[in-house]
Amino acid sequence: MNEESLFASGHTACAGCGATIALRLLLAAAGKNTIVCQVTGCMEVVSTGYPNTAWKVPYIHVAFENAAAVASGVDAALKAKGEREGKNIIALGGDGGTYDIGLQALSGMLERGHDVLYVCYDNEAYMNTGIQRSSATPYGASTTTSPPGKFSIGEDTPKKPLAEIVAAHRPSYVATASVGYYQDFQTKVKKALSKKGPSFILVYTPCPTGWRTPSEKTMEIAKLAVDTGYLILWEMENGDRNTLKVTKMPPKPRKPVEEYLKIQGRFRHLMNKPEELKKIQELVDAECKRYGIE
Amino acid sequence: MKITIGATVTEAGSSVRNKTGGWRNMRPVTDLAKCKRCGICIIVCPDAVISMKTREEGPKTDYDYCKGCGICANECPFKAIEMQQEER
Amino acid sequence: MAMKMVLRGNMATAYAAKLARVEVIPAYPITPSTLFPEKISEFVANGELKCQFIKCESEHSAMSACIGASATGARVATATSSQGLALMHEVVFIAAGLRLPIVMAIGNRALSAPINIWCDHQDTIAERDSGWLQFYAEKNQETLDLMLMAFKICEDHRVLLPGMVGMDAFVLTHTMECVDIPEQEEVDRFLPPYKPVYKLDVNNPMTFGAFSSPDNYMEFRYAVHMAMESAVKVIDEVFEEFEKKFGRNYQRVVPFMVEDAEVILVTIGSMTGTAREAVRLLRSKGKKVGLLKITTLRPFPKDLLKKYLKDAKVVVVLERNISLGFGGAVYPEIAAVFANAARRPKIYDFIIGLGGRDIVVEDIVKVYEIAMDALKAKKAEMVEWIGVRKDEIEVIK
Repeated sequence: MNEESLFASGHTACAGCGATIALRLLLAAAGKNTIVCQVTGCMEVVSTGYPNTAWKVPYIHVAFENAAAVASGVDAALKAKGEREGKNIIALGGDGGTYDIGLQALSGMLERGHDVLYVCYDNEAYMNTGIQRSSATPYGASTTTSPPGKFSIGEDTPKKPLAEIVAAHRPSYVATASVGYYQDFQTKVKKALSKKGPSFILVYTPCPTGWRTPSEKTMEIAKLAVDTGYLILWEMENGDRNTLKVTKMPPKPRKPVEEYLKIQGRFRHLMNKPEELKKIQELVDAECKRYGIE
Repeated sequence: MKITIGATVTEAGSSVRNKTGGWRNMRPVTDLAKCKRCGICIIVCPDAVISMKTREEGPKTDYDYCKGCGICANECPFKAIEMQQEER
Repeated sequence: MAMKMVLRGNMATAYAAKLARVEVIPAYPITPSTLFPEKISEFVANGELKCQFIKCESEHSAMSACIGASATGARVATATSSQGLALMHEVVFIAAGLRLPIVMAIGNRALSAPINIWCDHQDTIAERDSGWLQFYAEKNQETLDLMLMAFKICEDHRVLLPGMVGMDAFVLTHTMECVDIPEQEEVDRFLPPYKPVYKLDVNNPMTFGAFSSPDNYMEFRYAVHMAMESAVKVIDEVFEEFEKKFGRNYQRVVPFMVEDAEVILVTIGSMTGTAREAVRLLRSKGKKVGLLKITTLRPFPKDLLKKYLKDAKVVVVLERNISLGFGGAVYPEIAAVFANAARRPKIYDFIIGLGGRDIVVEDIVKVYEIAMDALKAKKAEMVEWIGVRKDEIEVIK
C-alpha cells in the first residue's frame, strides 16, 4: 500500500468512490500539520469504524450540520493557546451536510472570519442514507426521493449555486474543483491554505453507487463534467469579484452535455426525452455564458 | 477490545487492519514494459494501494486492499494496466 | 481578601468563568442568559480576560464550537436557556459521549409553546439523561461557587464529563445579590489548568467521534455511566476542599430541620428559600416538617435521599417541571429510591410555579395541608397541580 497517504488503506468506501480520491488529494496537498473536522456522512462512516481509523491526521466528527462550528472552536482553542501558527484546519462535509443542514454553520464560520478551509465534496445527493435528493441534486436526476414517473422527470429544481452563496460572504478564497482535474484541485487547496481567513472549495466527486456509473469511470466522468461545461471550475480571491476567473476552460467546441448524462444511470430516463435534454443543455449554456465560456 | 475514553481512536491509520482486497472481482495487472512510471495510478487510487519505491521496480499494487474498481486501468495514459477476472 | 460585589446571577457566572481562566467561550444570546455573553465580551474588550469569545450564529453552533475547542484541550464555558438548550440537544449528548468537560450556565426557563421566558426547570430536566452533571443554585453566590467547582469536578480524570449549572430565570439570573468574589490567586490554587487525556494534536494524531457498532456501543454508554457514578465521590471531595479554601459549605443534598421530621419537602433551586420560610412557620405551630434541597440532580443523590428520607412519614416533592402524561420528573426517581425498601414513606408530587408563576409561603403551607389530608386518607399516590385554574380550560367534548 501507499504508506505516504494520510488517508490510509482499509477504509470501507465503495470501489471507485470519488470522494475518497478527493480526501487523499486534499490531505496530500495540505500535509500532516492539519486538523480535520468532518460532518456525518459517507466519508466519516467509512473511515472511522471503531476501533480503527483511516485518518493519519488529527480528526474529529461531531454531527451532521456542524463541522464549520466545530472547526471554529478548534481555531479559537489553538489561538487561545498560542499554537495556531503552522497548522491547517480543514472542515469537511458532503453536499447534504453543507448545502442543506450545515449551511447556517458554514455561513457563521465564514462571516466570523475563522482561519479555516471548508471543503465540500459534492456527489449531488444524500448517498450515506441511500441516495435521497439534496439541494445539490441537479435538474432531471433520479434519486430515491426524486424518482421519475408518470408525473415526474426526476429532480425538478436546478442545483443550488452554493459556491456563489459562499462567494457572497467575500471569503479569502473560494473555488470550485473537480476530482477529475486533480492538479487544479490541489493547487486550489494550497492557495486556500496559504491565505489567512476563511476559504471554501467545492470539489465535485462522482459516486458510482448513487449515480449508477461503472466504478472505473469516476475520474473520466469528473473530467467530462468540466469538458461539457456542466461543472465550471473557477476561483475568486480576497473577496474581490474582479479576481474571479475560470481556471479550466472546456475544449472548443464544448462537448454536448448529453455525452456526460448518457453514461450515468441516474439520467437514463431522460435519454428518450429530447425536450428535457434540450432544457438541460440550455441550463448549461446559460451558466457557461455567465462565466464567459463559449 | 479496549474501550477508550470517548471512543477516541489513538492509533492513526489503523484501518489497515481491514483487508478490503476480498471485495475484488477484477484484478488490475500492470505491464511494467508498457508502464512509463508517470505515477498517475498512484494518485487516482481511492484506496491508496499503489506505491512505487524505485523506477526500476515500478508501481506495485497491494492486493490485500485493492477493491478492483479499475480506475487505475481506465486512467493509465499508456494502457499498461489490464483488469483481469479474479479467480477464487 | 475576597471582594464583595452586588451581582445578578448571570454576571456571577461570568465572574466564575473569568476566575477559572476559561480559554474559549462560544455563545449565542438568549433571555434570560444574555448577561453572561455580555459580561464576558466586556471582560474581553477591557483586557480583563484573555479568552477567545466566539459570537456564534446559533446555540447549536455554540455547543459545537465548545466541543471543537474542548477536544483541542482548551477550558471551555458557555451559557444558554430554554429554547437555546433545546436547540443544542443533539450536541449536548455528543459533548458527554466524547467525554469533554465543558461547563455551561443555564438560566432555567420554560419551554415553548406557548413561549414564556420565566422560571421553570423543564429545559434542564429535558437534558437529564444526556450524561451532563447537573447542579442547581439557590442563590447568586451558589451560581458562582458551583460554576467554579463544576470545572474542577468535570475535568477530574475520574469524571471527564460536561456539567451544567442551573439558576432560576430572573429570580436568580437578573436579581441583584451580594456575592463574594474570591481572589484570583486562591482560585488558581483551587483550580489548576485543564489537562486533557486525549486532544487534537498534529504531533499525535487521534480520531474523535468514531463510528460505533452494536459490538461496542453499550460499553461506551456504560463507561459514561461509570464516570457519573465516580463523580459522586469527586463532588464530595471538591465540595470539602472548597469549604476548606473558601469557607462555604456545599452538599449534594442539603437538609434543613429533618432530624425529627415526619413530613419532608424536597425542592430544587430558588423555591428552597420560600420553602424554608414555610417550614419555620409550620414548626412554630408544632408541625414536624423538614426540607431537603437537591443541589446535584445528576449524578442522582440516591444515597443521601435515602439517608434523610427513610424515617419520614410523607415526602413531598415540589417540582417546576412536568413530564406530560405522567407527573413531575423527580418524583419517580425519589420513589425508586424506596421501591424495594421494607418500610417506605408515602411520596406525593406537586407541580408548582411553572412558567414563572410565583411560589409564596402560603402555597407551600397549602401543599403541606393537602399532603397531610392525603396521608390521613391513605392515598397511595398523588400528583397535584398547585394553583391551576382548571375551570378556565377550554375542553372540546
